[in-house]
Amino acid sequence: MSDITRKLKGPRSAAPALLVDDLKRRAAEQDLMDVAYAPLDSPVGPLVVAATRRGLVRISYVYEDPEFVVEDLAARISPRVLEAPERLDDVRRELDEYFDGTRTNFDIAIDWRLTAGFTRKVLRATARVPYGSTSTYREVAGKAGSPRGSRAAGNALGSNPIPIVVPCHRILHSGGGMGGYTGGLDKKIYLLNLEGAI
Amino acid sequence: MSAPPFERFLQTHKDDVYRYLKAVARVHADDCFQETFISALQAYPRLDHSADPRAWIFTIARRKVIDAHRAEKRRPRPVDSIPDAGTNDPDGPDEALLHLVRELPLKQKEAVELRYIGDLSYEQVAQVMGSSLEAARQNASAGIRSLRKRWNA
Repeated sequence: MSDITRKLKGPRSAAPALLVDDLKRRAAEQDLMDVAYAPLDSPVGPLVVAATRRGLVRISYVYEDPEFVVEDLAARISPRVLEAPERLDDVRRELDEYFDGTRTNFDIAIDWRLTAGFTRKVLRATARVPYGSTSTYREVAGKAGSPRGSRAAGNALGSNPIPIVVPCHRILHSGGGMGGYTGGLDKKIYLLNLEGAI
Repeated sequence: MSAPPFERFLQTHKDDVYRYLKAVARVHADDCFQETFISALQAYPRLDHSADPRAWIFTIARRKVIDAHRAEKRRPRPVDSIPDAGTNDPDGPDEALLHLVRELPLKQKEAVELRYIGDLSYEQVAQVMGSSLEAARQNASAGIRSLRKRWNA
């Protein structure tokens, strides 16, 4: 490389962060941001939270690379996915309050688009189980219109796209067993303890 | 395969596009940057993702620069101002050298800007300019040759 071509390349400068933030603000104003997401630390480990125009669409426990979660959002909703924490201020505040024990009910709007059919019915029934109490797989299956579908209800809860806010941790086995939890049983126990349910 | 998240696309290309715009669009760099990525975001879901994303974003950026310069020409300027003479961007290439680049014939100028400031491959330069690979190569090297002559003069 000659001196002149090196001079043309110049030093590696970065796009200013403020300019990029401004770009995202404009993208949202022009209705081009289909999914906004943000990482969030919580007492049950790192989370990624994501929202669409309609509301909260996903809370994901992060085990490996948060990038997997973001890719999944792009594939299932829209590739117009941007990291934009300020679009999730309400969600993050309500979750912080919940983990502090000062919030027993979430007011944020939910976007149910990642659920369908029986799963959605089970999750909607689950969303009505109050803070600090528990229900059973059989009961939510019944409310979803399938009294004998407790196994199917278990599967539906296992695919809950919005854990914590849609409180699948409040659903236990009819016999009194804890049942499972996609995020890991320790998290289920932590949340139930936090709520004073066990 | 579905499109990767736009956030990743943005993170991959934002710094190179910004550096190119800073050198080429100068006072309009920030506006061009915004408009480039807003246009990209609009078209992104329909983009053929087997296409070269770097050539694609630079194609948009180059068009925004052309638009900005056109708009500037339409706008009457108060005084015959010397455009940004002496305002050397400490993070960018030498302003005197950029001035020489601007004086090159249009195709050479664009090929040099894309190849050496944007750091694109010749294939990408050809795609962005809509020319043959051979023409991209020739324009870039003719441009560099004449720059070198004038720079050392």
